[in-house]
Amino acid sequence: MWREKKRDMKNKKKDFGPYLYLLPAAVIIFTFRLIPIVLSFIVSFFDWSITGVGGFIALENYGRLMHDAEFWQSMLNTFYLVIFVVPIGLLLALFFANLLNSIEKLKGFFRSIYFIPTVTSMVAISIVWKIMFNQQTGLFNYLLGKIGVNPLGWLAESRGIFDLLLSSAGVDYTAFVTSISGWMHMSYNASYMILAGPSLALFSIIMLTIWKGLGYNTIIYLAGLQNIPSVYYEAAEIDGAGRAKQFFKITLPLISPTTYYVLMMTTITTFQVFSQIYLMTGPPIGGPLGTTKVIVYYLYDKGFGEAGDLSYASAIALVLFAIILILTMVQKRMEKRVHY
Amino acid sequence: MTNWNKTITYTILIICGISMIVPFLWMATTALKSQKEINKGNVGFIPYEEYTAYTRDGVEKRIKVVVAGADSSVVNIFNDAGKIVSAYRKVPNELISEKKKLVFHFENFTEAFNKVPFARYFLNTIIVSTLVVFGVIVTGSLAAYAFARMQFKGREFLFYLFISMMMVPQPVYLIPSYILMHHLGWLDTYNALIIPWIANIFTIFLLRQQFKTIPQELFDAAAIDGCSRFGILWKIVLPLSKSVIVTSAIFGFIGSWNSFMWPLVMIDSPQLRVLQVGLSYFSQEASAQTTLLMAASTFSILPLLILFVIAQKQIIASFASTGLKG
Repeated sequence: MWREKKRDMKNKKKDFGPYLYLLPAAVIIFTFRLIPIVLSFIVSFFDWSITGVGGFIALENYGRLMHDAEFWQSMLNTFYLVIFVVPIGLLLALFFANLLNSIEKLKGFFRSIYFIPTVTSMVAISIVWKIMFNQQTGLFNYLLGKIGVNPLGWLAESRGIFDLLLSSAGVDYTAFVTSISGWMHMSYNASYMILAGPSLALFSIIMLTIWKGLGYNTIIYLAGLQNIPSVYYEAAEIDGAGRAKQFFKITLPLISPTTYYVLMMTTITTFQVFSQIYLMTGPPIGGPLGTTKVIVYYLYDKGFGEAGDLSYASAIALVLFAIILILTMVQKRMEKRVHY
Repeated sequence: MTNWNKTITYTILIICGISMIVPFLWMATTALKSQKEINKGNVGFIPYEEYTAYTRDGVEKRIKVVVAGADSSVVNIFNDAGKIVSAYRKVPNELISEKKKLVFHFENFTEAFNKVPFARYFLNTIIVSTLVVFGVIVTGSLAAYAFARMQFKGREFLFYLFISMMMVPQPVYLIPSYILMHHLGWLDTYNALIIPWIANIFTIFLLRQQFKTIPQELFDAAAIDGCSRFGILWKIVLPLSKSVIVTSAIFGFIGSWNSFMWPLVMIDSPQLRVLQVGLSYFSQEASAQTTLLMAASTFSILPLLILFVIAQKQIIASFASTGLKG
């Protein structure tokens, strides 16, 4: 006993034990995570290439970004990707999680089926979907043909989806954009890019991205739903609340922490979409007329493509980081306000 | 739930369930077709072969019509190997018919597998993934043990520093990492694929949560019995945390197996390519050969698919647990 105590006292004075346990992980994380993160700020302020460090160029890279039309186009494309993938993906996941939660037989079976895309690699899936989108030999045009719809251009189609929809409904979209661009004092191309929505090529990628993420989001929602105590529903039943009312008054508020988690995760991962763009519409172009070029693809292309401009790519990466950081903080704040 | 509601629910689930697996189904069936059939326009789900047949006395032979006539045509007759056995023969039209036959071109798989060194890619991926998983569990358990069960200066600060770094997306530190690898001389080596990934913050986080749930009494009892600090980790903590370790291993393995952007950037030599990168290059080289691409995609996802079928409950539970935080 006495010896134990003495050892304890000695340990308290000079106990390097905990640090020893931390050491392996800390060395790896500091070297390969912390240093690169810190370095990314520095690199973007220097004229840095793989061969060596050039001069200090301060904010020159960021100034260039401001006037880089390709950068703004890739921002817009990323923005399109996020505003389509996140809400549609969340709603579908919530819908399927509710369906799965309401059944007993085959629940596990359906859950597994929906989950398969989550564990398969984006590379293989992108290759398969690229062929599915092929105009001549793809599955989508084959199925459209079966129901008498004309084949679409899919990944090769640079026209925006709103343009395609309204034009097929007989609207003169060019005239519409021309009048708006005159009114807004913007160039025709810039107004078209905003008004016509994502190109069909980008929309094809949106569809794939939603499909790929659906299983994971559904599983998370399902876990959230199963955590809601059934007494609430029983009480609501006694009070005569209908299914719809139960959903909006009980399920939706009580599932909100899950919603925030899924919202945050999906937003962050959608901002980082790369593989499907690289495999389905690049390299080198990034889709028809660059309409599927997203921010991470642009970063990759600038840094590791022909330009090999690592410091410029670093500046792009930091803009991405800033956006994600701000979104995370906004969502955290909102989450605190609406916490049950 | 009424019967009517039930029917609707199951109908929706089945239809959408089909749409979840249709791409995989189509991938597998397309992999079994011949490229000729696809180019002819057979892009449905059934790998059949269309041909013109000449049937006489119950014996069917493949032919090609050279000159079509009103009652009879001039044809070339082929044997099973596709060689002409009889050229420019005149045969009556009623013996000629268009036929469809199911043919599975399993040879597409071997052809794709041997066209580029996929065996090598598989081996590389298995080596990298296994070492990464092993490293992640070892460094993770040690660090999580310190965070969960030891008092030391800077514990909270270090932990929050780790957690905040976890939030930084990979594209942000990809370029500086590339520069770092260049200066370490690790570009185009396995070091770049393995060593930066043998510690994982998320694993540390998961294990720490688990280690914290183990009651203090167990530690006290073990300490009184003269068990060393490491002995407690090895004999008590780890055996009690099996399911979280399996979860961490699953994440580590799937993440490492499927990672693409990192190895794409870090590796140049064809013989060092991991599966995803090799598959990506193959898709550019063989872009017109749909059947080979589909075959390659099929065998690339097969290992994880098998793993998923075997351990689906554990895998889904692991992924579901990531959402139940705080």
